Amino acid sequence: MNRSFIARNPSILWFLAFLGIFTLAVSLMSEATGTGFISTSFVKTLGKTLCLCLVAIAMDVVWGYCGILSLGHFAFFGIGGYAIGMWLMYARTETIVTDSMAAQVVPPSPQEVSDAIASQIFGVVGASEFPPIWAFAHSLPLQLLMVVLVPGLLALIFGWLAFRSRVTGVYLSILTQAMTLALALYLFQNDSGLRGNNGLSGLQNIPGFEATPQSMVSMVFFWASALALALGYILFAWVVSGKMGSVIRAIRDDETRVRFLGYHVESYKLFVFTLTAVIAGIAGALYYPQAGIINPAEIAPIASIYLAVWVAIGGRGRLYGAVLGTVFVTLASSWFTGGGAPDIDLGFYTIQWTDWWLVLLGLSFVAVTLFAPQGLGGLVDKIERKS
Amino acid sequence: MSKTLLELSGVSVSFDGFKAINSLSFQIGEPELRAIIGPNGAGKTTFMDIITGKTKPDEGHVLWGDKGISLLGMSESAIAREGIGRKFQKPTVFEAQTVRENLAMALKNPRGPFDVLFYKKTKQGAERIEEIAEQTGLTDSLPRPAGELSHGQKQWLEIGMLLAQEPRLLLVDEPAAGMTPAEREKTTEMLVEAAKTRAVVVVEHDMEFVRRLNCKVTVLNEGSVLAEGSIDHVTSNPQVIEVYLGR
Repeated sequence: MNRSFIARNPSILWFLAFLGIFTLAVSLMSEATGTGFISTSFVKTLGKTLCLCLVAIAMDVVWGYCGILSLGHFAFFGIGGYAIGMWLMYARTETIVTDSMAAQVVPPSPQEVSDAIASQIFGVVGASEFPPIWAFAHSLPLQLLMVVLVPGLLALIFGWLAFRSRVTGVYLSILTQAMTLALALYLFQNDSGLRGNNGLSGLQNIPGFEATPQSMVSMVFFWASALALALGYILFAWVVSGKMGSVIRAIRDDETRVRFLGYHVESYKLFVFTLTAVIAGIAGALYYPQAGIINPAEIAPIASIYLAVWVAIGGRGRLYGAVLGTVFVTLASSWFTGGGAPDIDLGFYTIQWTDWWLVLLGLSFVAVTLFAPQGLGGLVDKIERKS
Repeated sequence: MSKTLLELSGVSVSFDGFKAINSLSFQIGEPELRAIIGPNGAGKTTFMDIITGKTKPDEGHVLWGDKGISLLGMSESAIAREGIGRKFQKPTVFEAQTVRENLAMALKNPRGPFDVLFYKKTKQGAERIEEIAEQTGLTDSLPRPAGELSHGQKQWLEIGMLLAQEPRLLLVDEPAAGMTPAEREKTTEMLVEAAKTRAVVVVEHDMEFVRRLNCKVTVLNEGSVLAEGSIDHVTSNPQVIEVYLGR
């Protein structure tokens, strides 16, 4: 990865310039570092959208470039969120517990502190002990490692089993969806060790920064998300360029032929699947502190299907397409479901967009598939060719 | 006499009770040009599938190279890396990619994901691509997407990709299908040229094309070898006339 690589791909420079200007503009208009024209909650929405863009470009690499329609990448995103959420919750509860115990005459033993934290966190599901998976929750570095390791290992093992058996196409999609569903159902259980359907909450409060106003916290997360998206974009653009890109696109188009060229197709799929899962995990770890809460419903298969819809609408096989699709659909979604769009009175029936938005989204997905398989990104290509 | 490169002995395979290959034995040396003919269902494609690892035989041995290693149990990609290249009946090139990218992918280089990820273009690689493009008459088409090529050019690109792999054995399935007479002539030249330094097996329907290759011919029927020898020798064999030419 050197300068000549970026120079050879002007679309990367365009994207980075655009992202830079956008970040600067949001900073200048925010409450924390600017005029206050944009509310803190909207800064959070924008920061979250950047994280969704990051997971969407990962999805584009695995699906648009390598042809693996994974319906599990939002699960990896969620796992990243849970991993960071565990530390956030543990550290914050620890502060609260030690503060309240400080008043005691007899200093509490470490065991007492630990028990108190556990019953604070797990009281809601009727437990008072730390499950084994919380073993590293006290340590930020270890839990950050989990953000990368857990999605990575899960993808590696799952992918190894699936690709080795040569499961492809729609069967693989179903398999990844089954994995996602199984994970969500497991997390819904109270004894999953992750607080069942309550999920992890209060994640917007960053331990050690209690005195920092939320407007500043949200700004920092926005910057971090923008930086992660920029780095992720460069990484993926590098992976899909050159010979690697050539081979993975060839696998998408005719994997049998690639095998007879001497490439071990399964290794390539596994590489792409695992790398994108890791990036999805990182995106999730940045998203959920901005969302403030994570629960198993976030991981439900529908979320991964949405991810595929964003990429399809934005245009598969081009990274900026995934970004376009995500921004377009998430912003349209919040406009339609947030009461921004006026209801349409047909006389005999009133179309309320809160109910009909999903129908509209579904129809536009069908329309894109039928009439514009290149998606929104295809329009960019057309403009580019004309100029 | 050239030494044996590939040897199949007593190979049988059946699909749902149908014996596609029936105790087939076959040998080819290096270098050598060989044509395989036979009626539909004689097992020509299955024969190639067995060598390239796509189909596992029920019994028999497939031995390869100077050390006589067994190809059974090796994956398709490992067999390809051993030096066996295959051209399919239908031209299969990567249409969304340029001719140059197609050839670059086929070039003999380390095939692991990380080798490929950190691969740097070399001068030798670029020269080799130019050389192959020259041989296959695709020099002007290098920057074009392969999908824009004519049918004949796609066939040549595929042959070019095989040459780029630098295989010791080339398996070519019906290279002349759908070609104009002029294209056929050029294809014949390419194959004869390639066979000067390696083993080339051509499966073909077209007797005229086989005659032009001017090489040893193996006739397959019902999954085993019916006759072997020069084209005149096999075409005068009454059994061959009955099963194949007589129709």
